Amino acid sequence: MNEARALAPADTREQIVSAIFRTSQAICNETVTYTNQAKQYETEKLDRIFTSKLWGFPIMLAMLAVVIYITIAGANIPSGMLADFFGWLEGYLTLFFQALHAPDWLHGLLVLGLYRGTAWVVSVMLPPMAIFFPIFALLENYGYLPRVAFNMDRLFKKAGAHGKQSLTMAMGFGCNAAAILSTRIIESPRERMLAILTNSFVPCNGRWPTLILLSSLFMAAGYTGGWKTLVTASVVVAMVLFGIVVTLTVSWVLSKTALRGIPTHYTLELPPYRRPKIWDTIIRATLDKSIYVLKRAIVVAAPAGVLTWILGNIHIGDTTVLAYIADWLDPFARALGLDGYILMAFILGLPANEIVLPILLMGYLSTGSLTEVDGLHSLKQIFVDHGWTWLTALNMMLFSLLHYPCGTTLVNIYKETKSKKWTFVAFALPTSIAIAVTFFTAQLAKWFGFV
Amino acid sequence: MSTNEYTIALAGNPNTGKSTLFNVLTGLRQYTGNWPGKTVVHAEGFFTYNNNRYKMIDLPGTYSLYSNSADEEVARDFIIFEKPDVTIVVLDATALERNLNLALQVLEMTSSVIVCVNLMDEAKKKGIRIDTEKLAATLGVPVVPISARNKEGIDTLLKTIDSMVRGKIKTNPIAVRYSPEIEQCIEKLIPRVKEVIGDAYPARWVALRLLDGDMSLLQALQQQPLPSVKEVSIYACHDTAKSV
Repeated sequence: MNEARALAPADTREQIVSAIFRTSQAICNETVTYTNQAKQYETEKLDRIFTSKLWGFPIMLAMLAVVIYITIAGANIPSGMLADFFGWLEGYLTLFFQALHAPDWLHGLLVLGLYRGTAWVVSVMLPPMAIFFPIFALLENYGYLPRVAFNMDRLFKKAGAHGKQSLTMAMGFGCNAAAILSTRIIESPRERMLAILTNSFVPCNGRWPTLILLSSLFMAAGYTGGWKTLVTASVVVAMVLFGIVVTLTVSWVLSKTALRGIPTHYTLELPPYRRPKIWDTIIRATLDKSIYVLKRAIVVAAPAGVLTWILGNIHIGDTTVLAYIADWLDPFARALGLDGYILMAFILGLPANEIVLPILLMGYLSTGSLTEVDGLHSLKQIFVDHGWTWLTALNMMLFSLLHYPCGTTLVNIYKETKSKKWTFVAFALPTSIAIAVTFFTAQLAKWFGFV
Repeated sequence: MSTNEYTIALAGNPNTGKSTLFNVLTGLRQYTGNWPGKTVVHAEGFFTYNNNRYKMIDLPGTYSLYSNSADEEVARDFIIFEKPDVTIVVLDATALERNLNLALQVLEMTSSVIVCVNLMDEAKKKGIRIDTEKLAATLGVPVVPISARNKEGIDTLLKTIDSMVRGKIKTNPIAVRYSPEIEQCIEKLIPRVKEVIGDAYPARWVALRLLDGDMSLLQALQQQPLPSVKEVSIYACHDTAKSV
């Protein structure tokens, strides 16, 4: 080996690469002929629009808004239908348990805890995922997503990070845990760490439903029809934008402090635009992504549903264990514009973000007077009965956007960094930001008397 | 009737329709997993053709096979250590020149290669004509033009795979000529490389990687359970000692 090093000229790699390039070029000169020069420039023409300094960002935002609009507008009806179906089935399940003369606690545990929690996850999460993921996959196959990375690249470079971080960030919109693995495309350890630490600031699919649902229940209250969906979509887009701003700010601060260094140069390849096989893409995206994510949500939500129900039904004195915990968390949570139950839901939701809302709901249900959930509308009533305002919803959305990554993501971060210290930073950094931002928002709103 | 199982590795740049071809060949008979010891996700699938069973590995999409990233290392290690019976390199017909770089690198590592020029429909639309017969003659391995998403050329590809595993195809892969300086170094190193690793790995390629100072390859070689390869470490350590 050393002998080889001694033999080798200093610029060996360059010589090797250029020899290969020359050979490719020579082969192509022999075998490839062009009959239509104009067609070669179609991609360049489209790129001049999609990656233009002036139009690149507005087009990106508009695309994101359209995708979210379609998701929200399209998900409502199937969500309601699924909720109705599960509600109908629950009636029969209850009858079945009565026929068996099953004890109340068994019915409570299996039907009110396990079944209702799981049914909730399915009816609220499946429709948006079944719309959102295929549209994203279509944009990806068409070749638009690499252009997004190209546009974002400039911003990331300015923040002292690697341009490829925009790709790993885009991956995070699907799943932060998977995105952590994708940071391997970044060779420099410093820049890779930046990408890992900031990835959870973009909402993953476990958090999209929370953002979309709370936004549509509380933010667009004064509007109806198409306007309602539009306002809901804008609020969600604003959340995403805020997450990106936080990503860039944190990257910038870290690259000036703990992770100092100069950004690496690299070439980002833009593939040609291609018309995707529409049905194939939709079917694959549904099979691969939606079903996978749903399976994961159910596997984690079902036990959490049982646990929440148990905690909500074991009494110490005349309060439930759940209420004890919630009461204990309440003062701190109030300062953040949340309440004890919300904070508890986030804590119990560590294994997967998908289960935060179901846990919260079950927490409220096991203490509140309402026992039936028959659709999205009675949902708002449950929240309002527990003292929610638009500020509670906003803070919960902010907390959801900014808080610690889920258990799976943290495990992946540990596997990738092999460092307990950085894994802890990946947990503590977003959490402190989430606490600071929600605290600030809550206090500010109170100060101005908005609520 | 005997069924043999063969392994096919699928290599290619990102965005060449590699996964589309993988899906066309294996249908839904596939699963994803992680490489042993690494967390790079890979897809594995199966299909049967002409009484032979094939296991197909979708390697990570890469532009080169140096050890720039975990993905490139995984793809390279699979081709060199797992010795797949056939390696299919998928090229994008609309960007052949750029894509050929990877094919040339694969051809330095193994001679059981089939080059698949994908997206022929797209190239035709753009007015790009590719003389695949001439390309095959130059590269010294079979070249199959396909359009994976329209399932065109898949039959020819399957027949070519079949002929290759039955030993009916003789390949003579092109070797990239490097600068006289590097070629001289390779010449000097090849006998010594052969001394150490025998015929287990292509000597020219190993010599080239050593010249490039590829430490991760050396580590990977050492981890291989071949007794002859153990000597590489001794050899290397010895040299280090000498040079101190």
